[in-house]
Amino acid sequence: MLLEVKDLNVYYGAIHALQGISFDVKEGEIVSLIGANGAGKSTTLRALSGLIRPRSGSISFKGENITLAPAEKIVKMGMSHVPEGRKIFAPLTVRENLEMGAYIINDRSEINRMTERVFRSFPRLKERINQLGGTLSGGEQQMLATGRGLMNKPTLILLDEPSMGLSPIMVEEIFRIIKEINAEGTSILLVEQNAQMALSISHRAYVLETGRITLAGSAKEIANNPQVKEAYLGI
Amino acid sequence: MQTISQKQKSIHIVTPNSFLAWIGKFLLILIALFALFVLAKNLIAKPTLFAQNVLDGLKLGFVYALIALGYTMVYGIVKLINFAHGDVFMVGAFVSFFAVEFLGLHVWPIAVFPDINPLLANVLGTITIILLSMVICVLLAITIERVAYKPLRDAPRIAALITAIGVSFFLEYFGLLEFVFSARFIPYKRPFEEMTWYIKDGIHQVEAGVTTPPGSITFSNIFVVIVIATVLAQLFLQYLVRRTKIGIAMRATSFDKPTARLMGINVDQVISFTFGIGAAFAALGGVLFAIAYPSIKTLMGVYPGLKAFVAAVLGGIGSIPGAFVGALIMGQAEILTSAYVSTPMRDAIAFSILIIVLLIRPTGIFGEPEKEKA
Ligand SMILES: Nc1ncnc2c1ncn2[C@@H]1O[C@H](COP(=O)(O)OP(=O)(O)OP(=O)(O)O)[C@@H](O)[C@H]1O
Ligand SMILES: [Mg+2]
Repeated sequence: MLLEVKDLNVYYGAIHALQGISFDVKEGEIVSLIGANGAGKSTTLRALSGLIRPRSGSISFKGENITLAPAEKIVKMGMSHVPEGRKIFAPLTVRENLEMGAYIINDRSEINRMTERVFRSFPRLKERINQLGGTLSGGEQQMLATGRGLMNKPTLILLDEPSMGLSPIMVEEIFRIIKEINAEGTSILLVEQNAQMALSISHRAYVLETGRITLAGSAKEIANNPQVKEAYLGI
Repeated sequence: MQTISQKQKSIHIVTPNSFLAWIGKFLLILIALFALFVLAKNLIAKPTLFAQNVLDGLKLGFVYALIALGYTMVYGIVKLINFAHGDVFMVGAFVSFFAVEFLGLHVWPIAVFPDINPLLANVLGTITIILLSMVICVLLAITIERVAYKPLRDAPRIAALITAIGVSFFLEYFGLLEFVFSARFIPYKRPFEEMTWYIKDGIHQVEAGVTTPPGSITFSNIFVVIVIATVLAQLFLQYLVRRTKIGIAMRATSFDKPTARLMGINVDQVISFTFGIGAAFAALGGVLFAIAYPSIKTLMGVYPGLKAFVAAVLGGIGSIPGAFVGALIMGQAEILTSAYVSTPMRDAIAFSILIIVLLIRPTGIFGEPEKEKA
């Protein structure tokens, strides 16, 4: 098991945002986490990557308990988190943003190789290499955020709404790239508003409702579940 | 209804009374014109004396620049005005004093290599003194950050600010103790001898006991050292921040700490590093200041610290080139005021500049309006 979460509880002050959730991601999988606004999807990812400390429960990654590990250590272990809302470093150029993505890598040639890899997926970034991150369009920022998350060669990448704000064509494109990344051996935990798209490329999925997992199964099962159809797929 | 009246109220508060604002601007323009008039008059009447004053202003401004860099870098990364910075500068001067006076550390090159070129020996000796001061000040600043500021990183900014003032007072009053630095003025022994030249029909060395001819401009090796050291420091910093991984990480951390952590950046280390760099520059400034004005005391850091802070605000706090430019302006303002208005005015002018900047352009020369980030 690559990632195993057991009975995780997270609070923001008095707000009980995650109420004992358990799930897992196996090597090579794409797993989706779907749920309404405020369900706790982003909170889950923040707990995994060490940005917030869970009150109880456990997270194990590659067999090691990382429940209370600092974010820097978790990145070094091979988990990369592309946060919600892109979070590009606005005063840094595209190149510098990518270099920060590769912060934990010291080998220069390795960084150059990863940069080329990212440019293959997002040729637009290459054209804008010396532009400031803050001056990119929303869609370009999303590409940069995803590309930056790939720079440290993660074994598991957490993607929080990678299609947000993208045009329909770019949405197709980003999902194609996600599948490509997965085919190259990176496992993916995907949070999406666009449940239909997410389920179409996932192996498995979990449904999160106000801090609890209410449904789990293969992507097909979830997509065919009547309640899911009604609530998330708009069918 | 209620929301409308609230809105009107807040608009009323933030809009300055236009008549008063107009008078204020008019007065400022008058002052500026008057200052220009005084400067122009003196420039025309005695151009060499004026040039001499500008040169002296540069000397002071360059030292302020070294201190201002620390204020601006620390503010850039933790949004804190580190009021203890001026006292770190003072410690830098005292460390070099002890190293020269009691350890005689500046003469080691001659002791070790008796045949060494005297200039090289001086350079090596002085660099050694500066490095020692830097090391001590870096350790001091990092300790201050860890002990006093880090626990307050998520507290409201005002808490850290008041703590910074507290740390500053602690260092000052601890230093004032008789068995520490005491409250006395202490004559400072330079690690190298001063040499002076005058410019008039070429450059000539000033001989001891001989007055320089009228209408000449004098400068010393100390001035040269200050200019070279400050320019090198500024270039080093630009290189660090623009080209190196840790420098880019500093800028990333300054912009967004949680996302910086997601990159694997150890934010605590980056913050310590920033305090360290600022303290190293303050130490360099402290040693050079003591060499230039060779009498030191425990409270020597207070005014230069505050003035360098004004320089950083004037240049745009958070901006590295801004700190440099602001400091040069401050140096000129101070020396020219003391030469052409009155000597006691030199401190007043610094804080007048602060007030004027805060009124007219709070973001300073190079500053951009701060965007509130979540
Ligand atoms: N910093 C915070 N302080 C207090 N409450 C928070 C904080 N962040 C999130 N919450 C609350 O925790 C709950 C879960 O938020 P979360 O951001 O994880 O939702 P989400 O599933 O990602 O929603 P969305 O689809 O809108 O992004 C929400 O009720 C939210 O209001
Ligand atoms: Mg979210």
